[in-house]
Amino acid sequence: MDGNDKLKMILGRLLQAIPSIIGIVIVTFVLTRALPGDPAVYFAGPAADEKSIQEIRVSLGLDKSWPEQFWIYITDLATGNLGVSVSTGLPVAEELTRRLPASLELTFLALLFSLAVALPLGVAAATRPNTWVDQLCRVVVTAGVSLPVFFTGLFMVYLFYYILGVAPPPLGRLDIIFLSPPPITNFYTIDALLDGDFETFGAALAQLILPAITLGIFTLAPLARMTRAAMLQVLSSDFIRTARASGLRRSTVLYVYAFRNALLPILTTLGMVFSFMLGSNVLVEKVFAWPGIGSFAIEALIVSDYAAVQGFVLAMAILYVLLNLTIDIAYTLIDPRVGLDG
Amino acid sequence: MREFLKHLKYILTENPVTLFAGALFVLLVLAALFGPFLVPYDPMQSNSALSLKPPSLDHWFGTDQLGRDVFSRIIVATRLDLAIAVSAVAISFVIGSLLGSLAGFYGGWADRLVGRMTDTIMAFPLFVLAMGIVAAMGNTVENIVYATAIINLPFYARVSRTEVNIRRSADFVLAARLAGNSSLRLLAMHIYPNTLPPLMVQVSLNMGWAILNAAGLSFIGLGVRPPTAEWGIMVAEGAGFIVSGEWWLALFPGAALMLAVFTFNLLGDGLRDLIDPRRRT
Amino acid sequence: MRRRDFLKTMGIAAGASTIPFLKFMPAEAAGRDGTLVVVTGNGPNSMDIQRKGTNRPSYQIAVNLYDRLVGYSTKKLENGTLMYDYTSLEPEAAESWTIAPDGKSITFKMRKGATFWDGTPITAQDVKWSFDRAVSLGGFPTVQMKAGSLEKPEQFEAVDDETFVIKLLRPSKLTLPDLGVPVPIIFNSTLAKKNATADDPWATEYLHRTPAGGGAFMLERWDPGQQTVYKRFDGWKNGTLPGVERVIIRQVPSASTRRALLERGDADVSLDLPPKDFAELSASGKFSISGVPIENSMTAIGLNLNFEPFANKLVRQAIAYSVPYDQIFKQAAFERGIPMWGGKSKTPATIEWPQPFPYDTDYDKAKDLLKEAGYANGFDVPLSFNLGLAQWSEPMSLLLQESLGKVGVNVTIDKIPGANWRTAALVEKKLPMHIKNFGGWLNYPDYYSFWVYEKGRLFNSMNYDNPKVQELTNATLHMEVDNPEYAPKIKELIGIFFDDVPLIPVYQPYLDVAMQKDVTGYKYYAHRQLDCRLFTKVTS
Repeated sequence: MDGNDKLKMILGRLLQAIPSIIGIVIVTFVLTRALPGDPAVYFAGPAADEKSIQEIRVSLGLDKSWPEQFWIYITDLATGNLGVSVSTGLPVAEELTRRLPASLELTFLALLFSLAVALPLGVAAATRPNTWVDQLCRVVVTAGVSLPVFFTGLFMVYLFYYILGVAPPPLGRLDIIFLSPPPITNFYTIDALLDGDFETFGAALAQLILPAITLGIFTLAPLARMTRAAMLQVLSSDFIRTARASGLRRSTVLYVYAFRNALLPILTTLGMVFSFMLGSNVLVEKVFAWPGIGSFAIEALIVSDYAAVQGFVLAMAILYVLLNLTIDIAYTLIDPRVGLDG
Repeated sequence: MREFLKHLKYILTENPVTLFAGALFVLLVLAALFGPFLVPYDPMQSNSALSLKPPSLDHWFGTDQLGRDVFSRIIVATRLDLAIAVSAVAISFVIGSLLGSLAGFYGGWADRLVGRMTDTIMAFPLFVLAMGIVAAMGNTVENIVYATAIINLPFYARVSRTEVNIRRSADFVLAARLAGNSSLRLLAMHIYPNTLPPLMVQVSLNMGWAILNAAGLSFIGLGVRPPTAEWGIMVAEGAGFIVSGEWWLALFPGAALMLAVFTFNLLGDGLRDLIDPRRRT
Repeated sequence: MRRRDFLKTMGIAAGASTIPFLKFMPAEAAGRDGTLVVVTGNGPNSMDIQRKGTNRPSYQIAVNLYDRLVGYSTKKLENGTLMYDYTSLEPEAAESWTIAPDGKSITFKMRKGATFWDGTPITAQDVKWSFDRAVSLGGFPTVQMKAGSLEKPEQFEAVDDETFVIKLLRPSKLTLPDLGVPVPIIFNSTLAKKNATADDPWATEYLHRTPAGGGAFMLERWDPGQQTVYKRFDGWKNGTLPGVERVIIRQVPSASTRRALLERGDADVSLDLPPKDFAELSASGKFSISGVPIENSMTAIGLNLNFEPFANKLVRQAIAYSVPYDQIFKQAAFERGIPMWGGKSKTPATIEWPQPFPYDTDYDKAKDLLKEAGYANGFDVPLSFNLGLAQWSEPMSLLLQESLGKVGVNVTIDKIPGANWRTAALVEKKLPMHIKNFGGWLNYPDYYSFWVYEKGRLFNSMNYDNPKVQELTNATLHMEVDNPEYAPKIKELIGIFFDDVPLIPVYQPYLDVAMQKDVTGYKYYAHRQLDCRLFTKVTS
């Protein structure tokens, strides 16, 4: 396939995503309007009278009919305006650009942790199927996926911070005495490194460890299982037998030939796990006071902050589409046999 | 059938973990059926003299803020939690697999419609979608079930679409078609039953997930309404007491929750072995 | 550690100054001598208290970053806690004030030499602009100003730079105290006007993000949803310079984490903990816990008169006799409050408010009353509480459910999420039975009655309507307390509340604040915000 075909494929994929995005926009709009409670009343403040509630309602555009509100929302969207979050008082776009890196940084590290544990476990289990190693691996990863993340998180805070005192206080992205590094990527660890400031890097990393492990533990299972399955399949294939028969070293066979060929299904799972994590770290963020988009979404939903909920869902959906696209592209790069149409 | 039993026996003896999971499952079902008759205390009865007592011989798992017996509450909650899991999964299984098989069988616009619908749901951050549904419709058990069912739907639709699609032109289907069976009959009698095994694996995995989902909703205050005993809400409320030293409030319901999810997940693995030994993962 | 330009590091400019700072908070911040670390559940959503949609935590900005004309002086409670004294005002931006002999105006003299953060002198014109703004913007600030009979711009006059006059519409005991609440703050009007536009003459967009004042603290940074950092304004003239140089207010959503942070010594002050934690921290003796009964407030059960059975006074009294007061007080409130039940007489002896109502847990009496009212077999009723207050409302509801069951009243419990609570409880007033915790900023029974018992008022979620209450409230609302007519009328009013019980008080809650032992200077206000100006940290 040449570059032109690839471009076509990417465009095709993006076009395919359009109906989903439209669906998301409509469903989110209806869902937020179906939330009980009147945001105007909530945000009018404690001693508001009927008049001031009405003023708020007008200023939020809630006095208009649903179709009108929807039209306003759509036209705003078209100009890239996501509206203003009433609960934080800032434009939703600004909130998202500040909070998304926080969530992404956490998710990436969690994924890294998860991969570091799950891949060796999966390989070990696949090379010794149905032995105690295999069973142990199975029980361990299943246990990880069986606990609610907020429970694991709170328990880790209790143990490592409160009792042992080895973890830094669960105060979000940086401990109190540190200031955030000059914003370039808004990933604190990377920004600190770019700034050559290792102390802040260490501090940012230390804050990340507990929430990342909490999140990572929950995603061990799919990754380890897929690794095991893919490896088993590859190991029983002809070319591995040939490689073995031709006297290559065991580790070479395992890591160079087998593992590389097992990568494809692992990559697919990785994509699924990543999007699942981004959506599910809402609870972890709440436990660790993490200023990410998840905690923002929870608060927004509880107080019926329409613009914030809509902006959050839309951002997540677009991320999801882009992620899938990336995986597809990665696929074609790794394996030229993968076809064009989806 | 004999063949199947033999295979079952083989799986169970070959794989002690699956045997263990089977035993746990039986235990859970027994607790759900007979639990309310067996518990030592009324799970709703408060007792001001006994508030926040640590585990003892009288109260094996201690008591909560209102002096209610935690052990009794955990046992009684089994029924509700299993009910939530079973009904949520049943709904998404039935609707999802129906939509999926129709899409896979007929193709064309039906396929596209179902495909776009599942894409849309999948593109949502799932937990937030569940939150939104429960917040909009009110936090009752039924709504938690519906929300969980909706976010699980795409998985079933996708799996059954693929399975039906593969079998649409399989030899035995062609043979049945030649024998004069109508399309719908073909789908219902010949193709659909064959898609069930891979779906069953998904079912057992999702049961655990449904319970966790309900627990997560409880944690942000959108769980079942008090004073109902439910594991998720007990862990969520107990979590606030960990730092102050009343660890039993979160630990025991947490353990029950974990045990149930664990059982379902292991069972799912075992089921997969049973259906197709080569696909075991 | 290397010295760095603090402002550059932060990426936001908090002021015109470019003081060199460390990349970290100053060295001593590690030991944190001059820095006060506060952890709280919610943070501000605006720097402007007068903006539409500003939340309650934002009031702390008005308290600490801005000056008012007057402040409340301080009294010491028996337990050593400082408390504001609303009966006695002290100068803040105004050096002195005099009430005209005819009682129709108040003249304030501005303090000489006091400036805003940017060095501009604070003048009477600034006060005039700020007050005009408060009464013109509508919404909360306008309503709050109105409570003090401050209603229109024509009432305010800047005679010269140092003289500001308020013309009174009517003599009211509420006018002067209303100047000490967080709302009537003084903006740097020169700076604000520079940032105003034709569409936005009151510079709401600018002041929303950028405070422009002259208070004891300046804003060092505001990361919405995460933290607010104040830095002391060393040129502050309107009071004693604060004892701490910097205040870091971090938002930590989980209450148990907030407790852990205090116990581990990572936080100096911890707010919004459940009553249980305050009770335990207090018992441990390792922290200083300041528990002040919240003035003019009570945790109560509201009975909606639109709900058929509750229209009957006898039924309301029956409910009041079946509340498990003692159990709620111990198991839900952990005794962090003052009991409001078991009053001795059906006629109030004093004008104290709130005071114990003449009810106690007495199921037999309750059953008799229900029988008399024709509800011998009881009825079904939903009981609602605000999800945000579940920490104590939920156990309270469960205990109520159990004990009302004993007299045949079958209760189902509804948790209502934040946004819906105000709509359902206060605006639509459709909750048959609900848990309330209203508190009035101005500490008078008539003020409470005005907001809660008067027909049609926002906080009258009970749909209570009694013409006599209306009459007595209107008669006493602006009346001076030493007026000989005041006490008898208030007693009559409270007597009606006792007898009619649309609202069943259970206890008057404490406002609890947990602090490290070396932190002193906490002062309680009706607005319940931290006044960081008085805090000091003693180095041990």
